[in-house]
Amino acid sequence: MTTQDFVSVNPLKMSAPLGGALFFLGIERALPVFHGSQGCTSFALVLLGRHFKESIPLQTTAMSEVTTILGGGENIQSGILKILEKASPGLIGLCSTGLTETKGEDIAGEVVLFRKKHPEHAAVPIVGVSTPDFRGSHEDGFRAAMVRTIEELVPEGGKKVKGQINVLAGSHLTVADLDYLKDLLTGFGFDPIFLPDLSRSLDGFVPDSFEPVSMGGTSLSDIRRMGQSSHTLVLGESLRRAGELLFERCDVPYIVVNRLMGLSAFDRFLVTLRDLSDGNYPESLKRERSRLTDAMLDAHFYLGALRVAVGLEPDHLFDVGHFLLENGMDLVSRVTTTESPLLSKMPGGKAVIGDLGRLEKEALETDARLLVTHSHGRQAAEHLGIPLFRLGFPVFDRLGATHRLSVGYRGAMETLFRLANMVWSRDPENRPDTWYSPAPSGAASTSETPVSEEGFVPVRFDG
Amino acid sequence: MGTPKVSEVFQEAACGHNQVKSEKDRKKGCTKVATPGAAAGGCAFDGAKIALQPIVDVAHLVHGPIACEGNSWDNRSALSSGARTYRTGFTTDMNEMDVVYGGEKHLFKAIRQIIERFDPPAVFLYQTCVPAIIGDDIEAVAKAATEKFGRPVIPVNAPGFVGGKNLGNKLAGEALLDHVIGTMEPEVTTSTDLNIIGEYNLSGELWQVKPLLDRLGIRISACISGDARYREVASSHRARAAMLVCSKAMINIARKMEERYGIPWFEGSFYGISDMSASLRNIARLLVSRGGPEDLVTRTEALIAQEEKEAWASISRFKPALAGKRALLITGGVKSWSVVSALMEAGLVVVGTSVKKSTAEDKERIMELMGEDAHMIDTMTPREMYRMLKEAEADILMAGGRSQFVALKAKVPFLDVNQERRFAFAGYKGMETLISEIHRAMTNPIFQTLREPAPWTSGCRLTPLV
Repeated sequence: MTTQDFVSVNPLKMSAPLGGALFFLGIERALPVFHGSQGCTSFALVLLGRHFKESIPLQTTAMSEVTTILGGGENIQSGILKILEKASPGLIGLCSTGLTETKGEDIAGEVVLFRKKHPEHAAVPIVGVSTPDFRGSHEDGFRAAMVRTIEELVPEGGKKVKGQINVLAGSHLTVADLDYLKDLLTGFGFDPIFLPDLSRSLDGFVPDSFEPVSMGGTSLSDIRRMGQSSHTLVLGESLRRAGELLFERCDVPYIVVNRLMGLSAFDRFLVTLRDLSDGNYPESLKRERSRLTDAMLDAHFYLGALRVAVGLEPDHLFDVGHFLLENGMDLVSRVTTTESPLLSKMPGGKAVIGDLGRLEKEALETDARLLVTHSHGRQAAEHLGIPLFRLGFPVFDRLGATHRLSVGYRGAMETLFRLANMVWSRDPENRPDTWYSPAPSGAASTSETPVSEEGFVPVRFDG
Repeated sequence: MGTPKVSEVFQEAACGHNQVKSEKDRKKGCTKVATPGAAAGGCAFDGAKIALQPIVDVAHLVHGPIACEGNSWDNRSALSSGARTYRTGFTTDMNEMDVVYGGEKHLFKAIRQIIERFDPPAVFLYQTCVPAIIGDDIEAVAKAATEKFGRPVIPVNAPGFVGGKNLGNKLAGEALLDHVIGTMEPEVTTSTDLNIIGEYNLSGELWQVKPLLDRLGIRISACISGDARYREVASSHRARAAMLVCSKAMINIARKMEERYGIPWFEGSFYGISDMSASLRNIARLLVSRGGPEDLVTRTEALIAQEEKEAWASISRFKPALAGKRALLITGGVKSWSVVSALMEAGLVVVGTSVKKSTAEDKERIMELMGEDAHMIDTMTPREMYRMLKEAEADILMAGGRSQFVALKAKVPFLDVNQERRFAFAGYKGMETLISEIHRAMTNPIFQTLREPAPWTSGCRLTPLV
């Protein structure tokens, strides 16, 4: 919220613990646990479930009124023990919440205490993360969990393995994006370790058995090998600290990649990969680039000078914003969720931290013709009478959000087609009164009153 | 068959093209015979359908195998303010049995079904090559169906092989003259009834003009054929004056309506600000000469002054961005010089314009506008167009949809100004749209981006991220 806003109207951001949970869901056999009341967990669980259309392993320390006042240490002790005995996870990600942070619960201390009391469970890492609901957004919680995981699991030092590369994957990347990047890096001859890897845990596979923990994702042994990588690609400014940490602990140099969408950004990314690798450009890229070129030409008739209002997390907004700009659109409103060095570098002007109410207001003032944000933007789009392009988290009222590709030449092409089709499908047919209001009464006129037929019905908002 | 009709429309007396020809050339006809291996453009059926389909409340039934309608229906943007029957694709979809035994009965039954199920005020029947060859007599079928069903069934005898699109336009005009115009009486007439001939209301362009006529108290008795109703066309012979739009496509209608019903006409254009104003002046002048209100002329001048002022103000906003930019204009239907003048009004330099369908008079006017060294292009191959664009001899190509991909592959901005276009460019508002669309195309950053070399080419200057 900006200083003069005292009420958040239709929030844009999600909470930090949810971001923490999302991170842990991309680690093999991990179980995220919220240290908070059961509602903290339940809301996040439901929202993650609505987006991914998967059952989400997420547990709670179930703080009550009494334990909140008297201290929740016992809840952590008994909760962790119960989880270890019943679910046998490979890792527990313990995220604090607003409730327990306000109370001043000492998660780290409780974990140390648990270790002392239960040496039999020493093999299972317990990563405690401070993710107060009242600070930052889910992008921040995601980073905090990543930083803490690296601190806990990646040993200092490490002999370098040629070709091995770390990829710190931002929370905005979809399953399809991660698959694409994995193939690309392999094509260049790299052996990549993705942290986290939601493409193997929340990609909607149908398992043979039911497990109360995440199935798939980055393995713990891979995380422990990250100090041996030759480089770290940090996909998103918000994760810079995690890249820094790997450099400090293991001397792995890092490169922050803020843009993966669109022609010029991906050109630059490929030049970077080529520079790091011994391999050459995979042949398939040449065809893909040529196809994108053509898609840009075909789509520009519909997208050129289109006024777009965008509300996304900072990293996502930065990448998407540049992509829209590259394709001739005007970013008339940029609303985001949390502080970031990218805010002042946003394409089209500084981004403001705000809510969907702010986005709607700015979109109205700037006569935006397209709204780009997550599913909660549907109300704003309806009020404004403009289409909503669903992007980011959560997308709960459409299927397949996690399988939409947006990075790379192919992702840019697919996104352009979807954007252009959305605009085209609402291209209004001209009417007798499009250019001039009907003649004043008294003037001779033979015009029939236009009947309400397909072309004249106000187009329904849809996306 | 239509042979006598074909030679008749070839000898169009009012056609400027035709008049300047020698006796011998005139007999050859106005459409150039298509060259095998080097032909582009539609056939006579296509032309006839284009000209008549904008009559919105009738059923347009194509008698032929599936290609003629199946491959072409609902492909144009002629708009309707009401009825949608015209956009429904009707065809007899002739099969082998029809070809062997004749398709007339099939056709008759198709007409009956259309009348039963869609109840249109009339059915237009289009002849195509296959039934023409096997001798299906659509005129006889139309006559029989009209009598049987008590509903006008209009034969349009323009099978594809008789010639090109322009010829088809004229044959469509003949069908209206022979079977429709003058068959009904208008409910009311006024002293300002006007016919507009050759305007198809593509993308709603008629509506960029009609409101202005409304304000002047001028009534369109029939627009032939944009957003037209059958009754309007059938009773259009009571109009006081007519304007012929779009050069020569339907000149036979204008001339014959003058002969038969004494309706004076002039040829004008709605494209370009000065042309639009000239057309309004001519309409007012003609109507006053035919008994319209005397003050029409002064009211028209006042309206023109107001509209021009607004249009100039709107266009001048783009002048700084567009001044000196070079446009290459390759159009078919739209009269080149009228658009040339509009472009020049916005500060653009026209580096070339097509004159394929222009008369000697048109060419003179282009020369007046562009100077002696005007680059007039008779025909331009896609290859040559690509070369011109690629070598940056033009900043924007304005042409028909077919040339679109030539421009785009050369990574040069393109604006569609032909029939399939998305935007309406008529009248004052249309010119504002045209200029703003040119601006939108030319300021799109993708053209710069697309010219950047790919990472794997030697010209790539990108540095790795650090």
